[in-house]
Amino acid sequence: MTWRQGESSPCLPFSLSPCRLKCMLKLNNIEVVYSDVILVLRGVSLEVGDGQIVALLGANGAGKTTALKAISGLLRTELGQVTRGSIEFDGARLDRLGPEDIVERGIVQVLEGRRLFAHLTTEENLITGALSRRNGASVKRDLEMVYDYFPRLRDLRGRVSGYLSGGEQQMVVIGRALMAHPKVMLLDEPSLGLAPLIVEEIFQVIKKINQQEKTSLLLVEQIAQAALGIADYGYVMESGRVVLDGPADKLRDNEDIKEFYLGLTQLGERKSYREVKHYKRRKRWLG
Amino acid sequence: MNWDLFPQFLATGLLTGGIYALIALGLVLIYKSSRVFNFAQGHILMLGAFVAWWFTENLGWSIWLAFGATIGVAVLVGLLIERLALRPLIGQPILATVMMTLALSQVLQGAVILFFGANQRSLPMMFPLQPVILGDVRLKLNLVLAFGMAMLGFLLFVLFFRYTRWGLAMRAAAEDHQLAQSVGLRVPRIFGLAWAIASVVAIVGGVLLASISGVETNLAIIALKAFPAVLFGGLESIPGAIIGGLTVGVIESLVGGLPQDAAFRALHLGDIAPYVFMLLVLLVRPDGLFGLKRIERI
Ligand SMILES: Nc1ncnc2c1ncn2[C@@H]1O[C@H](COP(=O)(O)OP(=O)(O)OP(=O)(O)O)[C@@H](O)[C@H]1O
Ligand SMILES: [Mg+2]
Repeated sequence: MTWRQGESSPCLPFSLSPCRLKCMLKLNNIEVVYSDVILVLRGVSLEVGDGQIVALLGANGAGKTTALKAISGLLRTELGQVTRGSIEFDGARLDRLGPEDIVERGIVQVLEGRRLFAHLTTEENLITGALSRRNGASVKRDLEMVYDYFPRLRDLRGRVSGYLSGGEQQMVVIGRALMAHPKVMLLDEPSLGLAPLIVEEIFQVIKKINQQEKTSLLLVEQIAQAALGIADYGYVMESGRVVLDGPADKLRDNEDIKEFYLGLTQLGERKSYREVKHYKRRKRWLG
Repeated sequence: MNWDLFPQFLATGLLTGGIYALIALGLVLIYKSSRVFNFAQGHILMLGAFVAWWFTENLGWSIWLAFGATIGVAVLVGLLIERLALRPLIGQPILATVMMTLALSQVLQGAVILFFGANQRSLPMMFPLQPVILGDVRLKLNLVLAFGMAMLGFLLFVLFFRYTRWGLAMRAAAEDHQLAQSVGLRVPRIFGLAWAIASVVAIVGGVLLASISGVETNLAIIALKAFPAVLFGGLESIPGAIIGGLTVGVIESLVGGLPQDAAFRALHLGDIAPYVFMLLVLLVRPDGLFGLKRIERI
């Protein structure tokens, strides 16, 4: 477990780094500013190793979505900018590229909130995911692959996607990202607003995609236990910084994470992770 | 109205409406994909008519060859306008794009007069002039065939939009630009494509019209018929464009055909009626008859 304080975070000890074999994606101390004035990420570093699932956790407004958009290049569609640090993917810099080029290189972001082309059918939505690829030939085969992962979508292929249920829509957006054959998929809160049973199902498929397609995943989640359940490594963000990271199983057992994410202290009030951290520091001092 | 003439006016109205529909299609396409309302649509149409005339007059080409070449010019014009005039305005307030297309209309008008002169010209006929007689209705064959061409153009576009990769990309981008970018679509290129197609349909309409009624700068005013058509049909609706276009044609023809005395005739009621009708429709249905319903699901 590596503790971090603010921007002067130490380098990860080699054995604990998520990039044990090969680093797919690497954020080096990036700073993100919206509209030239709103500083949202204050030096975030994280890594995703080849074939790994990395969970990115944190409370509302911590900057998780912003971090994903910085990677996918969509930041610039919202007047955001990476003002410091660098983003590396497969050894090359990403932070100067537009979102379309980044998709072509193999990173696809699944946006928060099940964003579909609501008037298009399920299958048309899926096909849009393959439009960026040069060879259109394998689209049929890829559709079959998606239907194998999400059998329910096969029967819904001709339906207007805007009228699908929330769970089905989430399957469509993940399937659509899969159609691009990404090396890294950035998933933003796939559990948002879904019933626990569906969340369970979707997380299982995510794990399966990771194993069978060798897709690396950076998974943003509020439901920490579910995300850490399938992840190899995890980061916790607060107010634009990474405040804690470590192997998923260690994080899962971490009392602070439990306390923070279960959300309630004995007094019944929500705690900020910062307070937990202070408490923990004090404990360590005293202990 | 003399009811015996009703079918006649109806048929004539439908025929002109077909061309309005084609022009309306261009407006809808640009609005749908990039949320720009193109006030220069009529001027692009007029430019096309002059270019076709120039090909026949100065290069001695047949009208059909000139027609084909003009379509090529249309693609270039559309791409250029998007690239040079509209793309720098992406992300700017809607008013900026309105001013830009208004400015474009003036620039095109000036350019046409500068290069081709303001005189009225005539194109060789595309179709024979014989009358077609269907029961009580007498129609001119050239109008019928021009209508057929317009509808064929419309049909080709719909097939393209429904069944091709590019059509799918356009439909996707029309719904959500950011989402389209997130799946790797190059949205500005899609805008360019929309402008190219919109210019082609405008210019096809322009050449068809000009081969019937002559080439003149006044052709640009025809777009004033397409505006009520798209507002009536719904700014984002392709079926709306065709229904709107046909409706405007019919209303114009029927109201114009009412028996009127000279004072009324001077008012050109036929020209005004589509607007009155459009206002009434907008009062009841602000998004037009076929305005897209947002799909809301909580
Ligand atoms: N386009 C924007 N312009 C200005 N500020 C923004 C923009 N997008 C996000 N922010 C701000 O950046 C901060 C981080 O937002 P972000 O969406 O990254 O958080 P998050 O961790 O994804 O939160 P949540 O869990 O609620 O999705 C918030 O304070 C938010 O108000
Ligand atoms: Mg978020």
